[in-house]
Amino acid sequence: MKPAVKPAAVFAPWEDENETPLIRFDGVTKRFGDFTAIDNVDLSIHRKEFYALLGPSGCGKTTLMRMLAGFEAPSEGTITIGGQDMKGIPPNRREVNMMFQSYALFPHLSVWDNIAFGLRRSDMPKDQIGERVKEMLRLTRLEQFARRKPHQISGGQRQRVALARALAKAPKLLLLDEPLGALDAKLRQDTQFELMDIQEKTETTFVIVTHDQEEAMTVASRVAVMDNGKVIQVDTPPRIYENPKSVYVADFIGDVNLIEGRATLKDAGLASLTWAEGAPEIIATAGEGLVNGAKATFAVRPEKVAISAERPDDRNNVVHGRIHDIAYLGNLSTYHVEIAGGQIIKAQTANNRRLSRRSFTWEDEVWLSWTDTAGLVLAG
Amino acid sequence: MRRFSWFNATALTLGFAFLYVPMLILIVYSFNESRLVTVWAGFSTRWYGELFQDQAFLDAAWVTLRVAFVSSTLATVLGTMAAYVLVRGGKFLGRTLFSGMIYAPLVMPEVITGLSLLLLFISIGLDRGIFTIILAHTTFSMCYVSVVVSSRLVGFDRSVEEAALDLGCTPFDAFRSVTLPLIAPAVIAGWLLAFTLSLDDLVIASFTAGPSATTLPIKIFSSVRLGVSPEINALSTILILLVTIGVISASLVSKRRIVQQKRDEQMAEQAA
Amino acid sequence: MNLARRTLIGIPYLWLLLLFLVPFGIILKISLSDVTLAIPPYTPTLDLTEGWSGIRAFLRGLDWENYVFLTEDDLYWKAYLSSLKIALISTFFTLCVGYPIAYGMARAAPEWRPTLMMLVILPFWTSFLIRVYAWIGILSSEGYLNQFLQWIGLISEPLQIMNTPTAVYIGIVYTYLPFMILPIYATLDRMDESLLEAAEDLGCSRLSAFWMVTFPLSRSGIIAGCFLVFIPAIGEFVIPSLLGGSSTLMIGKVLWEEFFSNRDWPVASAVAIILLLILVIPIILFQKNQEKEQEADA
Repeated sequence: MKPAVKPAAVFAPWEDENETPLIRFDGVTKRFGDFTAIDNVDLSIHRKEFYALLGPSGCGKTTLMRMLAGFEAPSEGTITIGGQDMKGIPPNRREVNMMFQSYALFPHLSVWDNIAFGLRRSDMPKDQIGERVKEMLRLTRLEQFARRKPHQISGGQRQRVALARALAKAPKLLLLDEPLGALDAKLRQDTQFELMDIQEKTETTFVIVTHDQEEAMTVASRVAVMDNGKVIQVDTPPRIYENPKSVYVADFIGDVNLIEGRATLKDAGLASLTWAEGAPEIIATAGEGLVNGAKATFAVRPEKVAISAERPDDRNNVVHGRIHDIAYLGNLSTYHVEIAGGQIIKAQTANNRRLSRRSFTWEDEVWLSWTDTAGLVLAG
Repeated sequence: MRRFSWFNATALTLGFAFLYVPMLILIVYSFNESRLVTVWAGFSTRWYGELFQDQAFLDAAWVTLRVAFVSSTLATVLGTMAAYVLVRGGKFLGRTLFSGMIYAPLVMPEVITGLSLLLLFISIGLDRGIFTIILAHTTFSMCYVSVVVSSRLVGFDRSVEEAALDLGCTPFDAFRSVTLPLIAPAVIAGWLLAFTLSLDDLVIASFTAGPSATTLPIKIFSSVRLGVSPEINALSTILILLVTIGVISASLVSKRRIVQQKRDEQMAEQAA
Repeated sequence: MNLARRTLIGIPYLWLLLLFLVPFGIILKISLSDVTLAIPPYTPTLDLTEGWSGIRAFLRGLDWENYVFLTEDDLYWKAYLSSLKIALISTFFTLCVGYPIAYGMARAAPEWRPTLMMLVILPFWTSFLIRVYAWIGILSSEGYLNQFLQWIGLISEPLQIMNTPTAVYIGIVYTYLPFMILPIYATLDRMDESLLEAAEDLGCSRLSAFWMVTFPLSRSGIIAGCFLVFIPAIGEFVIPSLLGGSSTLMIGKVLWEEFFSNRDWPVASAVAIILLLILVIPIILFQKNQEKEQEADA
């Protein structure tokens, strides 16, 4: 169940003015010595959201999460959870639990005792603890491993124990630090859907930290893209992909063709880009904050660029080029086409049919084209 | 393929012969009938009998064991605290001085440590005896314990402790229920190290013992100064055998645990 | 900072301050005092009941006399020099004996290595005093070594090894050998064996591959091992007094005798202070080496 097909009208509390967010970051800055890990961040996360913090390593996403858990205190600004200022509240007194990147399972305790660990430190009666642990084991399909020690189970099972342990106390907020990083690619995909399933069943708010954009796009209701301690853009996965607000986000999420030039604003939300002497200008949707005549970058996804042998006459954006390289990926083929000025443009086509021979080959002269709304002209 | 050559085999054989032949000679000649230790005169356990009749040796051994037990236990508590402070304590006033004081005793010549402690005890008017030896031994062995324990603390994943805090433990509770069980092997090793260091120490004990208390090493030293004696050979044999049994069984236990752990892990991955 | 944290830091801190740092202050003070025939056998003693005047009187009583004395009597500087020389020579021999053993261990079959490791560590747990004592029976003029050499007919007269510097070298090499082997073994064990294959692939002979690859890569282990032997060997007392006899001069022994036989506490303290100053240099160098290695690991 991809969020892309989730009916947006049903779950989009961030669009409702009357909803109070569960978590708020107000002007939060975190410094370690001279290094600013988090730079004046404002965020709001709503109840039952599956919120992803996405960015390259060192962008500050883990620090942001550790501040929510209570392991780091902000240097400036306030963090509130459920309306309560979290300043000075230690991790053990927060209704926030965390699933660690290394899982951090207690190696000297059995799976059962690991899951019961947090419950034993709450005021839950003994008989209910057993019930709750069983429920957690059932939820994560670990019933037959309850008596095993962490080193006696596989990596995927350990990951589920870590999840069960963090969920056992039914926290207001579950933090997941690169929860799938240690799993291999195949297992990771299955586990992503499992995570979403569990999130929906338990109705817990999840905040996940990841550097894997596919993972963030798959699981999250909203994604916050971070760079250098700043939040660059917060949006739903489809909007992040289709309407990136900056060149950084367009480039970070998925594959993109970038062409630099100068923008001219036009009617109907369009803009044109002058990018090379003698080349026809490119028409595309104008991005936010675009200034007439300023430096700009045109961004278009490879799958929105059509490739043909004949010049198409129904489109404004047409360029001529020569095939430089072909990457055959099985389901897709990506053509690297060299156009005037030596720039390479990637065009992607789906391999819908089993072809005995490709329609294009190296050094073929081809035409690339795209519609007026296929790409964006972004400031900068 | 490992490069195992004749050169390596020879180096190992000669090296271990050098390490072990002197001790083997000691053990063999402890069963010598003759008082003239260098002349073999037939097998006998006579010197063991005489050793156990010698009240002075037995008294010294008893003093030594008490000192070793108390000082190693104190040193383990203090050394573990010090290690925790060094590795997890963050910044505090005088941290550099503190870590300096932990590492300095490890390289300090024993004569200086002994002399300085003796001068301290005299200047504060503390009567020398078992108590002062315990203080002295605790001080230098806590540094060894702290080095052993901190290497274990550095080696394990900090997030395990954070997970305990995250699940509702107070810092003390997290230490007791998670950190301590995980560093237990190092704490035990530290205790054993402190115990043997105390059993073994001659110089510091000589300075801090005073006339009223004699430890086994002091007794051995004063008697071997006069030359080789068959009772000392017997005593040495007993001590060497005790240590050998201890070290071998400890390494067997840890080896079995490692093998078991590897087998479990393999089975878990195959089953998955 | 809460109370629990204060206690946790405070207890070991105070313990070390009182029983490690304060005693050094006392040594320093006594080294600047004069010897008397009283108990304690030195003046001045600090009398805090007299307040400032007491402290002033105390400070006036301190002088460098004992240090001047150390420079005048050649026993002391000869003892320092001879300690350094003995420590240096025995460190070299320990390296020569230890390196092949460490190398052999690192190249032994993996299933053998834990056992070999245990065999190196075992003597370390065994009483130091007993290990030194074992050599008395071997090295003395009617000892096992002389008996053996005479029996095979190599010598006709017993060799005089006991009570010479040679016996001290043997004693130091024997007792400190594990300290040399372990750090060298650690660096050799960590070494990627494909480096040697690469060296040979690029045209090195086995021997030149050793000198150009293995040896430089084990350098930090060699340095650590040498310091671990050299530093404690300088202040060694047991080995020279049991094996060295009256002919070997080492500063640890001088200090012991100054204190126990001559009962000259101020001079013994001055000897200790100078010994510490001599040790500071190798200790700092050792620390630098360890830090560098840790950085390389990280």
